[in-house]
Amino acid sequence: MYAVFKRELFSFLNSMVAYITIGIFLLVSGLLLWFFPDTSILDYGYAELGGFFSLAPYLFMFLIPAITMRSFAEERREGTFELLITRPIQIWQIIVAKYLASLVLVLFALVPTLVYYYSISKLGFPEGNIDSGAVIGSYIGLFLLGAAFTSIGIFSSALTKNQVIAFVISAALCAFAFLGFDYSSQLAALQSIENIVRNLGINQHYTSISRGVLDTRDLIYFISFSAVFLWLTKLIIGGKR
Amino acid sequence: MSISVKNLSKHYDKQKAVDAISFEVKPGRILGFLGPNGAGKSTTMRMLTGYLVPTSGEAEISGKSILRDVIEAKKHIGYLPENTPLYADMYVKEFLSFVGQTYKMINLPARIEEVIKMVGLTPEQHKKIGMLSKGYRQRVGLAQAIIHNPEVLILDEPTSGLDPNQLVDIRQLIKTLGAAKTVVISTHIMQEVEAICDDIIIINKGKIVANDSLEGLKKVHQQQSLEDIFRKLTA
Repeated sequence: MYAVFKRELFSFLNSMVAYITIGIFLLVSGLLLWFFPDTSILDYGYAELGGFFSLAPYLFMFLIPAITMRSFAEERREGTFELLITRPIQIWQIIVAKYLASLVLVLFALVPTLVYYYSISKLGFPEGNIDSGAVIGSYIGLFLLGAAFTSIGIFSSALTKNQVIAFVISAALCAFAFLGFDYSSQLAALQSIENIVRNLGINQHYTSISRGVLDTRDLIYFISFSAVFLWLTKLIIGGKR
Repeated sequence: MSISVKNLSKHYDKQKAVDAISFEVKPGRILGFLGPNGAGKSTTMRMLTGYLVPTSGEAEISGKSILRDVIEAKKHIGYLPENTPLYADMYVKEFLSFVGQTYKMINLPARIEEVIKMVGLTPEQHKKIGMLSKGYRQRVGLAQAIIHNPEVLILDEPTSGLDPNQLVDIRQLIKTLGAAKTVVISTHIMQEVEAICDDIIIINKGKIVANDSLEGLKKVHQQQSLEDIFRKLTA
């Protein structure tokens, strides 16, 4: 399993995929956070990172599908999938290895943004006047959200040989998982179970963790979310054999 | 028996790609697996190597069931899939080391050197796989199949698309490997079968139509050329 994980990660780092997607993520979040006046923290006047954490999920909706779209789709198109499946490794190990490699890349995208935290804590008055608890909580929330999106991406990539289709499907699924349940809960027909529907969505749990309180229910939600999509991936791959 | 297959079938909806075939291969023999395109050769090989799951039937590789003990069975197989799929973005040694690691091999660097020498990859060993010519890609394919020193080699059209010089080299290599292992190769080239195979299985529309040694097959069909026998049985 470690061999597959290592190969996946190296192939990200040897190709331009990693650098371009992470670069664009940092560029766009940097511009929106510091440069464009409507969303700029400098013009906002309060030393907090809330803007970044409400923006990041939308960037992840495009960044993560771009990272994961090739994982199974390319192997199936190139025929190397046959090479991989005939190794003495369990299929779930292959899936988990690919999932973890993509997740490490998501982590690589997040780490440089710690600079934002440092800058804002320096800019605060008095210096260091920033709600660190909320920031730590938000980072954990964002990472868990990234993990959930990654599982959607891996699943979509197993559906098709076409990377573009895999990208579109996973971006759509990510958007729905994040916002769709909130909007659906407003439908008149679902009024009676509004809270249940809302709790199925990622946004509810993400905002809850962002408050700086790590509730085990939210943690269990995110872990089971990824588990379900990785399990579906296994079903898809198993069904195609 | 190195390979023993009993009533193995693969159905796609109503279509029977492989229809209850049975055969055995003894150690140290090279088996030529012949048949027209679409006869079920690749499907059979894919089931033996664990890529496809059989609809029914059973097969054993070195005594390990491909249904119940699939991970163990895979460890005894070296497989070169049709069209030699390889990771084009990896270097030759990097790729072989990846394959070796999936078998949890010890002393891997020494074995990689040995295999590279064995398949004649030495002049190209520092290149990226994507940069290699077809002949050398084929050698990388063979190298990854033999790296863990398996008892059974399954090679799906290992010589398609090679020039005559490369053909001779690769055939010689397969013959050398075949002395100590059980080899199953599929091919459309009859001279190749005559040159390297001990036994022959001809498969048509998912069923075995001939299963004999090369001499035996010729004797039964009164010394006709292999091409004529093939056409007679599969037309």
